[in-house]
This record gives sequence, C-alpha cells and structure tokens, in this order.
Amino acid sequence: MMGTRHASVDAGSRPARPGGSTSPAAAGPTRAGRTGRRRRVPLRTRLRRDWQLLAMVAPGFVILLVFSYVPILGNVIAFQDYNPYLGSNPLEAFLHSDWIGFGQFQLLFEDPAFWDAFRNTLAITAFQLVFFFPLPILLAIMLHNLLSSRLRGFIQTVVYLPHFFSWVLVVSFFVAMLGGAGLLAQTMREAGMEPWNVMTNPDTFIILVTAEAVWKDVGWGTIVFLAALSTIDQNLYEAAAADGAGRWRRLWHITLPGLRPVIVLLLILRLGDALSVGFEQFLLQRDAVGRQASEVLDTFVYHFSIATGNYGYGAAAGLFKAAVGLCLILAANKVAHMLGERGIYSRS
Amino acid sequence: MTATIARKPSRPRTRRPVWEERPTPVGQTGKAVLLGLLVLSVLFPLWVILVTSLSSRETIAQAGGLVVIPKGIDTSAYDTIFAGGAVTRALWISTLVTVIGTAIALTVTVLAAYGLSRPRSLGYRWLLAYFLLPFLIYPPLVPKYLVVTGLGLKDTIWALVLPPAISVFNLVVVRGFFQGVPQELLDSARMDGANDFLTLARIVLPLSRAVIAVVGLFYAVSYWNVWFDALLFIDRNDMYPIQRVLQSYLLAGQAPHTSGGTSGVTMPPTESIKMAVVVLTVAPIVAVYPFIQRHFIKGVLIGAIKG
Repeated sequence: MMGTRHASVDAGSRPARPGGSTSPAAAGPTRAGRTGRRRRVPLRTRLRRDWQLLAMVAPGFVILLVFSYVPILGNVIAFQDYNPYLGSNPLEAFLHSDWIGFGQFQLLFEDPAFWDAFRNTLAITAFQLVFFFPLPILLAIMLHNLLSSRLRGFIQTVVYLPHFFSWVLVVSFFVAMLGGAGLLAQTMREAGMEPWNVMTNPDTFIILVTAEAVWKDVGWGTIVFLAALSTIDQNLYEAAAADGAGRWRRLWHITLPGLRPVIVLLLILRLGDALSVGFEQFLLQRDAVGRQASEVLDTFVYHFSIATGNYGYGAAAGLFKAAVGLCLILAANKVAHMLGERGIYSRS
Repeated sequence: MTATIARKPSRPRTRRPVWEERPTPVGQTGKAVLLGLLVLSVLFPLWVILVTSLSSRETIAQAGGLVVIPKGIDTSAYDTIFAGGAVTRALWISTLVTVIGTAIALTVTVLAAYGLSRPRSLGYRWLLAYFLLPFLIYPPLVPKYLVVTGLGLKDTIWALVLPPAISVFNLVVVRGFFQGVPQELLDSARMDGANDFLTLARIVLPLSRAVIAVVGLFYAVSYWNVWFDALLFIDRNDMYPIQRVLQSYLLAGQAPHTSGGTSGVTMPPTESIKMAVVVLTVAPIVAVYPFIQRHFIKGVLIGAIKG
C-alpha cells in the first residue's frame, strides 16, 4: 500500500492505489465493478461527458510519461551491461544490451568511492538536521513576535529573496565575499593578516555548504512556521500569563506544542530525503575542495555515469539511492504514526 | 496540513497585549542584532556586487578587488557586455527559454489542474495518482539523460524547456485553487451552454490571477536558473544559458569543465565585468519579485510544503 504525499493536501479524496494499469480507459469499468453502490453510468456516456477534461489532462500526461515514467522504467539498465553505441540511438541500444543481473550493484558495493559519497551524504544530512533545521523555526518565532508589521514585512521580503537565486549565483556570492580573491580575504590582507580561504578548505566544507544552504533558504523555511504560528489561539497565551507563566514557559508549553505537527511533518520529509542533500551546490564546488570531502550520492551518480559513459553503473547507484529513500520515507511516516502524529499520509 | 493552517488564522499582532511583560533590553538588542545581521547578509553582498560592477578600473585597483564605497559611476563593463559576445547571447537564450518555457509550463499545468479538479470525472483517481506519483519518485538522472538524448533534443532549447514543463508541486497549488471556485459559478456557466474549455477561460482563469502569477513566477525563476540541465544537454557554447556563462566567468576552476569549456573567453574578464554578469543574472529576479511577493505565501500554503 503506497500512499502519495498529497493525501494531507486534499483530505476529500483518498488517492487511488498506483500500480496495475494506469490507463484511463481501463479505469472506468474496473472502478464501476469494485464499488457497486456508485451509480453505474455507461463508459460511453462518461466519455462523452468528460472527454474535454481528458483532453486537458493529455499534454501533462504525455510530458510525465516521457520525462518521468519512461526514465523510471529505464532504471532497468541498472541490471544491464548497457552500451549506448549499440543501435542508432540510446533507446534502441537498450534493446541490444546484455542483461547481467546484479553485477553493477556488486561492483558498486565494493567501490570505496561510493562509500565515501554515502558517508559524506549522511554526515551532511545529520549536520544540517542539527544546525539548519531549527533555524527557520527560531526565525519564524522572532518574526511573529515583532510588533511593527512594516518592519516584519521588510525583513520577510529581504530574507525570502535568496530562495529564488540559482546555486550558481549563491556560490558566486560566497566566492565574491569569502573566496581567495573575495572581500574578506581582501580586508584581511589590508589589515596585515594571513587571509583564510574557506571556499577551498575541505575540512570546513560541511560548515560552508550548511552556511550557503542557510543563507539561501532560512527565510523561505519560515513561511510554513509563520502560518502555523498564526493558528495558535492567542487566549492560551493570556491564560498562561494569568497563571504566572513567563515568556520562556509560554514558548515551551504553548508555542512549540502548537508547531509540533508541522515540525514532525517537515522532519519526516527531511528524513525521507536524507540521501539528497542538494546536487548543484556540490557539483559546483567539487573541484574547489576535492572529491574526498564533497562527493555526495547525487554527484557520484553523475560523475560515474554521464561524465564517464558508464551508464549502467550510475543507474545502479541512482536506483539504490531511490530505493533506500523510499524505504526511509515510509519508515519515518510509520514512526510518526506511532507517535500519534498525522504524518504525510494517513492509512485509509 | 492545510487543515491545520486554514483554521482561522489570527491576525498578526500590532500592539503588545496588556498581560505581556515588557521586553528586556538585552533581549531586544540581541534580537535586533540577529535580524539586522540577517538582513545585511543579503543586502550587503548585493550592494558590493552592484557597486563593483559600476566602478572604473582605477577604483577597483585602488580598493584591491571589490568596491564597498562607490566613487563615481562607470558603465564601461555594461557597455562591453552589451557590445555583443558570450554574455549577450546567453541572456537572449535564457530569455527565450524563460518566456517559452513559462508559457508552455503554465498552459500544461493549468489545463491539467482543471482536468483533475472534478472528483467523479472519468478515470479521476487513476489520473490523480498518475500525476502525483512523481512527487514521491523522482525521475532518475541517467535514464532521463538517455531519454532526452535519444529523442534528439540535445543542443536545442527544448531539452531545457520540456522536461520540467509540469511540476507536481505547482499542479497541486493550482488545482487546490481551482477546487475553491464556487460550484454555483461553474453550474451557471454550464447552464449557459459553456463547455469545459470555455468555463476555464471565462470563469475560472479570471478568478485565479493571483495563483497564476505565483506559479508563473515559480516556473519563470526555475527556467531562468537552469544550470545543470544545460550542463547535461547543451554542449555548444553558443547555446549556453546565462547561468552556464556566469559559472564559467566566476567559478572557473570551481566547477566541472565539460565539452566546450570556457572557450569564447580569451582573456580573464575584469572584476567589474564579472560583477556585471552577476548583476544581470540577479536583475530579472529582483525586478519581478516585489510584484508577486505578496501573493506567494498564500500560494505556497495551498500547495502545502515542499519547494
């Protein structure tokens, strides 16, 4: 049973189970047969009534088919000795390549570079969970308590902005400010100090990438928490204050519990994505700090497949990552249910 | 999620309630410093980059690299850039990709969102699951690369435009909005003989300008920011979008050089030209952003979280 992430979005309609036939034409009769109490309308009538809706859905259907579903099925090249030069184009080459079972995975698990990437990914996820995840919550609470709405609006406008910058831009900003020829180094040289270049130091790379991520997204991350804060009943605060609770007690006993469902939800999503720590950010800085410190699973997939032409190998690494990721998100959701939270989707 | 949020949002406070204790000076100062630093961390780099891009060679040499305090305005960097060459071409390509991409993506998304907004229509559940599943399972990199290459899209703008032309997140946002359109309006349109296409164009779209603007901004920004797809699919350096050029100007030696590399740049660009390229890459985003900012919080919350 696989729920989809939207279930919490529209509670009205439970998602159908994916898998089996997804063709719309097949869906009509099957459903009519399964739920007998729904009034039976002949397929032809429904088709005449709804053909315009189906036509509207068609372009998106085709784009997802070609650029999402075909690639997802294309994962099977992980079990092949895939050679793109067999046949006239990559798709035809797929038909001519040999099947080799789990050979690619065996190679992958024996590859120290793969385990380096795996370790780096987990280390960065853990580090960011501690040093990034709580920041939007704190910032949201601070913004929420500002009395001047003009000031709050101004700060929000400014801190949301970097979310819209590309990673190339963000890294460029950091290079211009903190790089070897950047403003910080320039100022330190003028002051007669030895400049340090944080952009190329592998030892502090984990701090650097976290700082970049915080700079880009800390403001954006507050939106959800600000919304949740505004739903907390103000009378609770007044009642608590009347009972003698100070501002920290009110924060601990009212504000944080009020935010708990959102925090849990975001934590689950983050854990489900534990193996994705960002891609462009790491690819852009890989050469500056070296592979040892900066390779993560996503860049591993790129460097050991498309960059080198070893497609089956990269597909195996990607498939491994996707499979683990799916397990993680299901597991995290399960834990949330056991803790009595709603989670991403609820069991029907 | 939405249910939690939609529950009577209280108005943000503008006065301190009588029962609340007065803030401590230490607390107030600490908060002011933190928020001030945060705002500065965004505005200061923007300022330095803008000023450096508008500085003359001498000012830059005097400052030793980046200029914090402006001394006169010198637009020679922009003159050089707009005289033609790699940056001008890249700006055109990026503009083209953004305009065409946003138009296509908005059309596809709005149509799909309307088509999926009516629970009892034919194949509704299957189609909804079909559209939402890619939210959970991302298309894998290697097979996607092979598909796009296999379709012969390499080195065309379609490789950048088509694959991201529908984002499930944006679809959910628009669909959520459409489902909030009062049923009576749709029924009355039907009574007057309007079909679904007409209803969408005449009734639903005019009511949805805000959400369309937000989603349009999201798409436009993602097309303007496209970098990795260009690294994958665009080998010809006269087809580079602006982010690729920015990377080759500022991060050369920082990032992978793939085929083509930085050819077209014979001399290392001067500091002011580098910063001018940064300014030109930021400018469209900063220019559009204030108009749409007030809408997007609503948009983001309709689509729950992720993004």
